[in-house]
Amino acid sequence: MLLLAVVLLAALWELYKLVIPADGVRVGDALILPRSDDTSMPHLSEIFGAFGEQEVAGASGTVLSSVISAVWYSLRLAAAGFAVGVVVGFLLALAMQRLRTVERALLPYVVLSQTVPLIALAPLVYGWSGNLTLFGLDWKPWMSVSAISAYLAFFPVAIGALRGLSSPPPVQTELLRCYAASWWQTLVRLRLPASVPYLIPALKLAAAAAVVGAIVAEISIGLPGGIGRLIITYAQQATGDPSRVYAPIVGAAVMGLVAVGLVSLLDFGLRRYHTPKEAM
Amino acid sequence: MTTPAAVTLEGVGKRFGEGASAVQAVTGIDLTVAAGEFVSLIGPSGCGKSTLLRIVANLIEPSEGSVLVNGKPASRARLDQDYGIAFQSAGLLEWRTVQGNVELPLGLHGVGKAQRRQQALELLDLMGLADFASHRPSQLSGGMQQRVAIARALARRPALLLMDEPFGALDEMTRERMQSELIRICAETGAAVVFVTHSIPEAVFLSQRVVVMSPRPGRVTEIIDVPLAARDEDVREAEPFFATITDVREALRGRGRAPVAEEGPA
Repeated sequence: MLLLAVVLLAALWELYKLVIPADGVRVGDALILPRSDDTSMPHLSEIFGAFGEQEVAGASGTVLSSVISAVWYSLRLAAAGFAVGVVVGFLLALAMQRLRTVERALLPYVVLSQTVPLIALAPLVYGWSGNLTLFGLDWKPWMSVSAISAYLAFFPVAIGALRGLSSPPPVQTELLRCYAASWWQTLVRLRLPASVPYLIPALKLAAAAAVVGAIVAEISIGLPGGIGRLIITYAQQATGDPSRVYAPIVGAAVMGLVAVGLVSLLDFGLRRYHTPKEAM
Repeated sequence: MTTPAAVTLEGVGKRFGEGASAVQAVTGIDLTVAAGEFVSLIGPSGCGKSTLLRIVANLIEPSEGSVLVNGKPASRARLDQDYGIAFQSAGLLEWRTVQGNVELPLGLHGVGKAQRRQQALELLDLMGLADFASHRPSQLSGGMQQRVAIARALARRPALLLMDEPFGALDEMTRERMQSELIRICAETGAAVVFVTHSIPEAVFLSQRVVVMSPRPGRVTEIIDVPLAARDEDVREAEPFFATITDVREALRGRGRAPVAEEGPA
């Protein structure tokens, strides 16, 4: 299915170039459909051909190798952010599930946290953490990127886990109470397994959000080494080599797919808990 | 040493809410259920029969009065697992097998794996579910799910079974078969049962005594002894059965007073 979608998208891209004039379609002065010339929309062969180009004339590294190393770098930052985000989101959900008052107090802020534009936040985090030392560790710029990544990732986890942990019907929670089960036993035997169908989609969202957060934070902070910086660098070279602009974008997309794919593996491992709800 | 009564209620009442908006759900309930006795609570919707069962189960605290289960305070009895409970909805955990569901209360109290398994299989055998031990709840019919729930309620070998309309969602045929099975199981385990229902024939067929309750605030209006010797299928067509049904129906209507709606929508 995925393969088919990719092929279809590629066909659409080339069809657009074939059908739409190079200057785009205009009604009066307004541009209705974007330009399809080779600077704006290079042929797919050129886009993928760009991966094979020399990064800098005369140097040994290709564009592909720098995209791969940038993806690997950013993916690790995103993974760190994802991990922190999942833990924080889950702990928040646990606290909110445990105490209604915590939910009432916290939930509005959890939602509010996501309305702040990320671009505005990234330099702030970077600025605040300038001379920070945590547990004997000096705060490094990459940690700011992961922190912002975590900031995006925790949200879907907090919301999804809260719904999941609260999903068992009263008959099941009362049953566990009749068995004199402790809060911890109820969590492990009932609430956690019941939350899996809610948690998996939340983790997928969080994985994608962590990747986006990492890339945007890299750009915003100006951290070198990752895919975010590469997008800027190649965009600046666009006049000379338009096809190269797409290389890091393809890299970023692959990165997101890898992240979500890893969560899907987890989903497969937990499929036992994904069974349909009981009829009654 | 004499066996303590399974349930002793003295002057039990329950108010929900505070002040002017408070609702008196039940009031002045005195009731004793002897060890091994089968007692049904019957009454129109909103008479507080489920509330009363929940008070016995220590799921809610009474506003007044005292509750003893097996001679202990209700909270102690719950912690000691002196009763098993089954609700109208089976409430099985979908991610566990049938056997895993029956093992749940055992696992919570540190029963070893081998013993858990053996006990669960015995109970499933008792409920006629031996062939379904490794099935998922979603693969079973409603009646079978309810039987799993009853097996689970029996897992700790309780001296008292609390049942809140456990057959309420089942069709009539399945329901009658389940009633007969319950009679058999009670005979085998010797457990006392407090059984909430709003079906008069069900209450009469199952119980030694039927406790008739009136609505808002719920109180016991009458306790009717059921004079049935045996509880087999023939009883359902015998004269004493019908006579007792009539008796309970009249008690529900309030004997000569203006008729009370017998059955509201649940």
